[in-house]
Amino acid sequence: MSAPNRIELQKNRNAKIDWSSAGILIILAAMIILFGIMNPKFFTPKNLGNILRQISIVGICAVGMTAVILTGGIDLSVGSVIGITAVSGAMMLSSGMPIPIAIVLVILIGATAGGFNAFCVNIFGIPPLITTLGSMTALRGLIYVITGGKSVYGIPASFKFIGQGDIFIIPVSAIIMVIVFILGYVILNNTVFGRRIYGIGGNFEAARLSGIKVKLELAKVYIYAGMLSAIAGLVLMSKVNSGQPSAGDGYEMDIITAVVLGGVSVSGGEGKLIKVIIGVVFMGVLANGMMMLNIGEFQQRLVKGLVLIFAVALDIVSKNYSDTRGKKIRHTGKPVADSGCKE
Amino acid sequence: MDCENILELRGITKIYPGVIALDTVSLKFKPGSVHAIVGENGAGKSTFIKIITGAIHPDQGELFFQGEYIRHNSPENAIELGISAIYQELNLLPHLSVAENIFYNRYKTRGGLIDFKDLEKRSAQIIDKLGVNIDPCTLVKNLSIGYQQLVEIAKSLSKNVKVLIMDEPSATLTDTELKYVFRIVEKLKQEGVAIIYISHRLEEIFEICDEVTVFRDGRLVDTCLVKDTDKESLIKRMVNRPVSSIFPKVKFKRGEKVLEVKNVCTKLLDTISFNAYRGERLGFAGLIGAGRTEVVRALFGADPIESGEIFLKGKKVTIKNPSDAIKLGIALIPEDRKLQGALLHLSVGKNISIVNLKNLAGFFGIIRQKEEAESIGEYIKELRIKTPSTRQLVKNLSGGNQQKVVLAKWLLVDSDIIIFDEPTRGIDVGAKQEIYALINALAEAGKVIILISSEMPELIGMSDRILVMAEGRITGELETAEATQEKIMHLSSI
Repeated sequence: MSAPNRIELQKNRNAKIDWSSAGILIILAAMIILFGIMNPKFFTPKNLGNILRQISIVGICAVGMTAVILTGGIDLSVGSVIGITAVSGAMMLSSGMPIPIAIVLVILIGATAGGFNAFCVNIFGIPPLITTLGSMTALRGLIYVITGGKSVYGIPASFKFIGQGDIFIIPVSAIIMVIVFILGYVILNNTVFGRRIYGIGGNFEAARLSGIKVKLELAKVYIYAGMLSAIAGLVLMSKVNSGQPSAGDGYEMDIITAVVLGGVSVSGGEGKLIKVIIGVVFMGVLANGMMMLNIGEFQQRLVKGLVLIFAVALDIVSKNYSDTRGKKIRHTGKPVADSGCKE
Repeated sequence: MDCENILELRGITKIYPGVIALDTVSLKFKPGSVHAIVGENGAGKSTFIKIITGAIHPDQGELFFQGEYIRHNSPENAIELGISAIYQELNLLPHLSVAENIFYNRYKTRGGLIDFKDLEKRSAQIIDKLGVNIDPCTLVKNLSIGYQQLVEIAKSLSKNVKVLIMDEPSATLTDTELKYVFRIVEKLKQEGVAIIYISHRLEEIFEICDEVTVFRDGRLVDTCLVKDTDKESLIKRMVNRPVSSIFPKVKFKRGEKVLEVKNVCTKLLDTISFNAYRGERLGFAGLIGAGRTEVVRALFGADPIESGEIFLKGKKVTIKNPSDAIKLGIALIPEDRKLQGALLHLSVGKNISIVNLKNLAGFFGIIRQKEEAESIGEYIKELRIKTPSTRQLVKNLSGGNQQKVVLAKWLLVDSDIIIFDEPTRGIDVGAKQEIYALINALAEAGKVIILISSEMPELIGMSDRILVMAEGRITGELETAEATQEKIMHLSSI
C-alpha cells in the first residue's frame, strides 16, 4: 500500500491568466475604438456622461444579481421590481409624501418582492428560475393594475437631482452606483453574510453541514437584491421624471448578461464583483454605441441575446478547460460522484 | 469457439490517484454458474464490476467474451454482448409502466408510433418466463422494491442476457422478496446464464452460489467452489491482514460521560443507544449501508430524528439542524470530502474559517481580517497543510491536504465531540498517519472522539471501544482488547 503515493499529484498553479475576462476586456476595448471611429461624438464628455447614466441602473441591480447568482440562483423579476418601485415611488411623491419617507417605503417594497421570491424558493422548493419568472410577470401585471396602464406624473422637481443631476461633471446616479458597488464589495468579501453566499453556491450540502442556515441566508440574499432593485427603480423614476408602467421592462436581460460577462459562474459559488464592473460597462457601451450608430431596437435585441449566450458559453468552456487539467468536477450543478477508490 | 468460459478477464489493473483499486486480477466465469464475489468495503469489487460492464476502462489487462478478445469495452458494447448489471440503486423510470421500462428505448413502432400492444405482449412473455405475477401496465413506482428488482431482471432478460451481474441484490429486499429473486436466479442458471453475485451476506452465498472469489485490497485472494469452503475460512481470507504498527499504542484516561444517545430512531435507524466519554475514541464498525453514517448524521442534526433522546453532559438536548449541533459543541467531519466537506471552489482560508465566522466578525458582521488570517495561518501550520498560500483554491490541493483543510475548519471552533466519518478514505499513507496523530492528540486533550471507518485495521487500531452495526441496529460492542476482524465481521454480517 505504499507505491501509489506518488500518483497523487499536487498541482499548484497560482498565477493562471484569466483568459475569459482578458478576452472580454479586449472585445470591450475594440468596441470602444470602433464606435469612436465610426461616430466621433462617442468620445464627447456629454456622451460619456450619458453612458454612465445609462449603466447606473443596470450596475446597481448587478450588485444584487451577483449575490443571487453566486448562491446558484437567478432573479428574473429584477426588471419588474424596478418597475413596481418606480411606479409606486412616483405615486407616493406625486401625492406629496416627503421624499425620505417615500424612499424608505419604496425600498421596503423592493425587500418585500425579494422576500416573496425567497419564500417560494425556500418553502415550496420552486427553482429560482421559475419562481422569479412567475413573479416577474405577476409584478408587471400588478403595475398595470394599480396604474391602469397610465404613466404617473407630478414628481417634485427636487427629486430630479438623483437621476438627472451632476456633481461637478459626474452624474449623481453614477455616484450612487459606485457607492452600491463599494457596499456590495464589502458585503461579499468582508462580512459573514458574503462568505456564506459563496459557501452556499459553492457546495450547498457542505455549507449546511458547516452550520449555515441555508434558507435564512438565501432569504437575505433575495431581499438584498430586491432592495437594490428598488434603489435602481428610484433612480430610473427620477431620470425619466415619471413612473412609467413599462419601467425596467427587459432590464433582467442586461443585468444578467452583465453579471455573467463579469465572470460570475451561472452554477454559483464563483465570481468577483470587481469583474462585474467590466460586464456592466460592456453592456452600457454596447447599447450606447449601437444607438449612436442608429442601429434599430430590433437589431439591438438580436445582439444582446447573442451576447448573453456568448458570455455563458465562455464561462462554461473556460471552466471545462481548466477542469480537465484539475480534478473531476463538472460545472453543471452537482459535482460528479466519483471519488476514486469508493467501493 | 471455446465456450467453457463465457467471460474471462486477464491481468486487470486499475489505478486511481492515491490507491490501486485492482491489481492484476484474472478471473473466469462459466455459463450456468452463480459466481459470488466477496470482500470488505474497498476491496475492489465495484471497480471490477464496472470494468466488466464497460463503465470504466482498466489501465491494464484484457477482456475475453466467449473466447474473443474485446478491444474496447463500453457500456453499449457490453449490452450488445449480453452483459447486464443490476445495481443496488435501480435504474428504472418510476413514472413509466413495467412494459415501457423493460423495452425502454427499444420500442417497436408501427407507422412511426409506438406499438403498445406488441410492447405489452412481449413484456408479458418475459414476465411469464420469470414466473411472477406483474401486470405489464402497472407503473413502476407502484411496485415494491423487490418487484422493481424483478423488473430490472426482466429488462436484462429482454436483452438476451448471457452474463448477469447482481450487486448486493439482498440489501434492500425483505426475506420473502429475496426468496423470489433466488428462485429466478436458479432458473436463469438452468438456462445457461452466468451470474456474478456480489453480497455482504455470506449466508446467501452458501444458499445459491456455486463458486466464490475473495477480493482483498484490490487483489484476488482466492477462487474456490462454495461446497469446498465455509463461512469461517471465507472471513479469514477476506480480512487476513496484520494490524500494522502504524497505529500508536495509546490509551487515554476515560473521563466523564458526555454524550448519551437513547433509543434514537430515524428512517434508517432502529433504536440506537450508546454512551460516549471524554478521552475515549469510540469506533463504529459495519458494512456500507449498516447505518453508521446515519447515526452520526442524526446526532449532528443533518437528518431528522423520529424518536429518542440525546443527552449532553446529563442535559437533554434537541438538535434540529447542524447549526444547533455546532452550538452544542459537536463537529462532524463528513464521509464524502468533496460533496459534503470541502468548498472546493473557495480558497483554503475561506474554507477554514467558515464555521467560525461569527466569532471572527464584529460590527455589522464585518470580518476582522487580521484575526482571521492569524487563526487560519496557525492551523495551516499546525496541521502542516501543504498549500502555497491561504488563497489557493481547495480543489487544487491533494486529497490528504483537502481533508486537513476540513479538519482545520472544525478545530477552529473547538468542539467537545468530534465525529470522524471515514477520515482517511482515499488519502495517502503519510497523511493518514498525521490524521491518526491528530485524533490521538484530541482524545488526549479530553475530547470525545467518534470514529467511523470501513478499514478494519484502522478502526481497531484507532478505537478504545467499538460498536458494530448491521441493518440500522447496533449488533454488538467490543473492547479493543477483544476485538478482532473476524469478530467484527461476524457481528456485521448477520
